[in-house]
Amino acid sequence: MCGICGVLNFNGSPADVNRIADMLGTLRHRGPDDSGIYTSGKIGLGHARLSIIDLACGHQPMQNADGTLCVSFNGEIFNYLELRRELEEKGHRFSTHSDTEVILHAYAEEGEDCVHLFNGQWAFAIWDTKRERLFLSRDRLGVRPLFYTRVAGSFLFASEIKALLACPEVSGEIDLHGLNEIFTFWAPVPPRTAFRNILQLPPGCSLTIEDNHCSVRPHWSATYPPTARFDGGNEDQLAEELLQLLLDATRIRLRADVPVGAYLSGGIDSTVTTALVRKVAGDRLRSFSITFEDAEFDESVFQKEASSYLGTQHTSVSCSRREIAHVFPEVIRHTEQPVLRTAPAPMFLLSKLVHESGFKVVLTGEGADEVLGGYDIFKEAKIRRFWGRNLSSHWRPLLLKRLYPYMGDIQRQSAVYLQQFFHVSEENLANPFFSHLPRWELTARIQRLLSEEVLSELHGYNAIEELEDTLPADFASWSPFNQAEYLEVKLLLPGYILSAQGDRVAMAHSVEGRYPFLDHRVVDFASKLPPNLKMKVLDEKYLLKRATAGRIPSSITKRSKQPYRAPDGKCFFGPHAPDYVEELLSDAALRRTGIFDAHAVTTLVNKFKAGRASSTRDNMALIGILSTQLLLHEFSSQQRRPFKQ
Amino acid sequence: MNTGDIQADIHNFVVENFLFGKADGLADDDSLVSKGVIDSTGVLELISFVQERFGIRMEDREVIPDNLDSIKNLVAFITRKVQQS
Repeated sequence: MCGICGVLNFNGSPADVNRIADMLGTLRHRGPDDSGIYTSGKIGLGHARLSIIDLACGHQPMQNADGTLCVSFNGEIFNYLELRRELEEKGHRFSTHSDTEVILHAYAEEGEDCVHLFNGQWAFAIWDTKRERLFLSRDRLGVRPLFYTRVAGSFLFASEIKALLACPEVSGEIDLHGLNEIFTFWAPVPPRTAFRNILQLPPGCSLTIEDNHCSVRPHWSATYPPTARFDGGNEDQLAEELLQLLLDATRIRLRADVPVGAYLSGGIDSTVTTALVRKVAGDRLRSFSITFEDAEFDESVFQKEASSYLGTQHTSVSCSRREIAHVFPEVIRHTEQPVLRTAPAPMFLLSKLVHESGFKVVLTGEGADEVLGGYDIFKEAKIRRFWGRNLSSHWRPLLLKRLYPYMGDIQRQSAVYLQQFFHVSEENLANPFFSHLPRWELTARIQRLLSEEVLSELHGYNAIEELEDTLPADFASWSPFNQAEYLEVKLLLPGYILSAQGDRVAMAHSVEGRYPFLDHRVVDFASKLPPNLKMKVLDEKYLLKRATAGRIPSSITKRSKQPYRAPDGKCFFGPHAPDYVEELLSDAALRRTGIFDAHAVTTLVNKFKAGRASSTRDNMALIGILSTQLLLHEFSSQQRRPFKQ
Repeated sequence: MNTGDIQADIHNFVVENFLFGKADGLADDDSLVSKGVIDSTGVLELISFVQERFGIRMEDREVIPDNLDSIKNLVAFITRKVQQS
């Protein structure tokens, strides 16, 4: 795991080593062990290394034997040993034991199609000197980040936006459409980011620059069979097949020349991951978790139970509201986008614990909810659709109350109101975004706090309508369940779960996350499963539970799903509130940045101070505004000035 | 308290509490749910405000859009309840 960056000058002028060094300087947290710069005429590549495989010989950027190819690589190719054998049979000779060198030889053999061979999580750049071609690629699900921009005759790319902003020509202006998307979907829609003129290479895409012409093309995309093509399948066989796939996904994800640990949250996914590691590796495993002072969010009972059952040596870090508020500015410096929840902050503290415990790699359970039918939003959509087919039913709406036992506001609503809040109507049943409309429309209401100037500049831009134009041609033929899964895999997974709450806060402390559930063989297998095997009636992750029965405690399998959440708006008010909150939410600061309506924000802040703010919308609005202000403070040259911590 | 006072109180509460002080041309007969003014928590906040401010008690069966979903409906409902008490 590492940080990469580079520059290509379109006018042929030599790449400036100092510029690449400046970019690399911002990425040291991603790769504190080593660094390197390669320049050759108009191209320059930089690399900051976190040494995990072939500690002695994996220096980068790495060239092939004849110097015709050079790669700068962030990530892991987990099947590199198998690929190496295949390439050796074809006559390739290797001089290191690294997965990086496998990329070079695979590219030499297959060209841009080499990415189809890879089972891994990657963002890399290859300079092909013979063709004078720059080739960038990002893994299928978007585990590893890759950003780029084009300024003053140069193409710049990097693992993080801050490396691009290290170049004086690149300005840190907020992209208002990106902000609008975050304030709707919780994430920008690739290639957009939170910053104007700075793009991200979408997950599952490669980018080529040749003859000064830039093209982006997909090498993978989530897809599902038409509804009519599902057959029941033999559950036992499918469960066994899933288990074997997960075991192999775990086996190759344990390849490292450093110790590997595991996150253990107390939920099914990370308990399964930890159990698989124990099964494959056999030895005593170190596991790590977050606990919360607020009982509402704490899962330590289940963490202890899972750890005891699996025999791990467990370490946890306790997280308080005060700590969340304290680290939030640093967290936003790493997320590089506004967030609507504080949940990345505890993950930031968790990676710090892992780092301080001497670990660089953890296996973790992200992806199971998206590909194996775990999220409440899938269950919610199923209930809403069920109710929508018989609107006069008295008991069908009660299922929604059963789904959200921890939400008092839902428990006390009449059926008429539930129908309105959950968009249950014949008209909405036909909407391609039926599953996500309640969440998106609720979130989008926080845009009411944007300033008149921003709203005017957006000209009524509607992110949901624009998203509809990007749907795959066969989207309508998929089952509603798979449509909902697609939206999660496309938007929230790469744009928030794997980035703001994943790579960015883990790499802040030089920790690499590995995700067995996101092995593309698992993802492809799961996409072909009949939806009723992922969620049987309202039993989420049915096949996964069946596949892993007896391997994890039954109390974990049977417990009610508890989404990972952290204390939100209340962290930022009260006697322990850090000074930056008051400063960034002041009338003067809000008018200076100009993104939000200062009077409206003051009204919201007063609501929090008076203890009257409790709704999801108020909390999302506050966190969204504060994180945007922090982002501008950190990255906008006009805003940059110190504040009291 | 006359109808005009009730209307003003409700309007102010809705604008300050749910619209962050931006009335956005909210009309008295606009649906508060359809216009995105209140969400599920908002209904509870509204009930709490009405009970405290006007000293009336709302039964669960009264928590329906006919009574709560516009400023106009709210004013009519509160006026009726105050007269009954």
